[in-house]
Amino acid sequence: MTHGRPLTVARSNGRTAIRRAAEAVATGFIRVSGWTAIVVLAAIAVFLAWNSVRALREVGVGPIMVGTEWYPTSHPGKFGAAPLIVGSLLVTSIALVLCVPVGLAAAVFLSEFATRRIKEAAKAVIEFMAAIPSVVYGLVGVALVVPAVKSVFGLDSGLTALSGGIVLGIMALPTVVSISEDALHAVPSSLRHASLALGNTRWQTTYKVTIPAASSGIFAAVMLGVGRAIGETMAVLMLTGNAAVMPRTVLESVRTMTGTIAAEMGEVVQGGLHYSVLFVVGLVLFAVTFAINLAADVVLEKQRKRWGA
Amino acid sequence: MRLSRRQRARIFEAVARALLGTAAALVVGVAGFLLLYIAFRGIPGLSWEFLTDVPRNRGREGGIFPALVGTLYVVFGTGVLTVPLGILGGVYLSEYAPRSPSTRFIRLAVANMAGVPSIVYGLFGLAAFVLAAGIGRSVLAASLTLTCMTLPVVITATEEALRQIPADLRHAALALGASRLRTVWTVVLPAAAPGIVTGIVLGLARAAGETAPILFTGAVFQMRRLPDGPGSQFMALPYHIYTQVTSVPNWNRDLVWGTAFILVATVSAASALAAVWRSFKRRRTAW
Repeated sequence: MTHGRPLTVARSNGRTAIRRAAEAVATGFIRVSGWTAIVVLAAIAVFLAWNSVRALREVGVGPIMVGTEWYPTSHPGKFGAAPLIVGSLLVTSIALVLCVPVGLAAAVFLSEFATRRIKEAAKAVIEFMAAIPSVVYGLVGVALVVPAVKSVFGLDSGLTALSGGIVLGIMALPTVVSISEDALHAVPSSLRHASLALGNTRWQTTYKVTIPAASSGIFAAVMLGVGRAIGETMAVLMLTGNAAVMPRTVLESVRTMTGTIAAEMGEVVQGGLHYSVLFVVGLVLFAVTFAINLAADVVLEKQRKRWGA
Repeated sequence: MRLSRRQRARIFEAVARALLGTAAALVVGVAGFLLLYIAFRGIPGLSWEFLTDVPRNRGREGGIFPALVGTLYVVFGTGVLTVPLGILGGVYLSEYAPRSPSTRFIRLAVANMAGVPSIVYGLFGLAAFVLAAGIGRSVLAASLTLTCMTLPVVITATEEALRQIPADLRHAALALGASRLRTVWTVVLPAAAPGIVTGIVLGLARAAGETAPILFTGAVFQMRRLPDGPGSQFMALPYHIYTQVTSVPNWNRDLVWGTAFILVATVSAASALAAVWRSFKRRRTAW
């Protein structure tokens, strides 16, 4: 009894020390893994840039960005990526024209007019849409959109910028609808109530008060939709026909930046010039989507601060 | 006929409601159509042989067993890597991160990671894991690549789930003498589990359907045997659909749609189950 007491203290001190050490290690782990995102993002930038060096040195930024001839396998290879950039922009623009008006209108309806039950059901269905893999969208496009475009416009082939754009527009819908719906939802009800109390109808309230209050979030939704569309690979690869020439109309085959990387990387010599040029294309994609996401995020943060959600 | 201001507002209201409702119905209609169409085209190709046989005649006959197993391997590998890292990252952001510019920076990075195109992850995986790290085209390289893609989903889901746990719970644990880590481990994380698990399932479901990141990191067109370890190449369901459609003349419509149906059905069933489970758990917890 007399020496039992100091003994337990000693033992529990030892245990505490071990526990403290274990805690310190675990806490260290947590702190380190907090930075994973930055490490990965930086690693992506470094690896893309490092592999691009050869092409930037031997071909140069200018010729790649504005050159209009993409014959990577001829001798010497021609690496003008302008048709690819234009192809990506064209397909993305078609997608936006189709999905932004419909997506925003749907979001406004779900947020401001629909009953709670309809809204919940619609959101579940839209989430399902977002979960469909892009290769399956490509397959649906091959089965339905390509033949439809071919027969409606009387073309020899339905593999066109328009076909890719239509499917891409559908794919970007969930992003646009759910993010702009969130933005509208975040507007405090007191604003709506004040407007309704002043005698405005629901629609007047919506377009005079709610939409302006949510405008930055809606802008972010559109930006993220653009990011999604421009970075999409498999569906456009399966639907646009992949001819690397400057398109003049939307009814021609185009090749996008993403499609080029996907189609050609499998056949290049590792470390060769063509390989390196494809990394330059990847770097451009990375930079563009990075800028778009950054803009969207900054705007969303502003909105969050404004309404304190 | 002159309309009063109020009458005009009422007409506008009705028109706006109709137009917006049509747009919403269109979006939901497209989604519903996709669901039915994929089922309608996919179900005829399904059979026991389809699920358990190897592909024959370049995939025009036989089944998708190696692709099914390959996708499971890669998703498993991605899960093993993503789950601990993602949860720790989310715990850091919610429980440890100071309110400082550096934390804001991390959040920006997480949001930005989610927006990096999948083909860029593919390039990164090729350059970093396949070549620089010398792993070669393999299940492991593909899993690492998909981990980078899935991480932001799990980090964000964890952070949001932890945020919804009331501070009272933390204070109670701390007042009983539990350390910060113990509080997180025994009180906060279990309470947030439904939200975290849903995030993990959604992230992995997306990884299962991705093609672009595995194009150059280990997926192959056809394999008669199963991958025999993390160093082996593999077949995958999404890649199988892509190669059939683009490089097999006269591809078998029934089998390819069957593959698409299996992929979509698994992915959406997993997501739906997780979401239902979460809302069930939420209803039972009251705070």
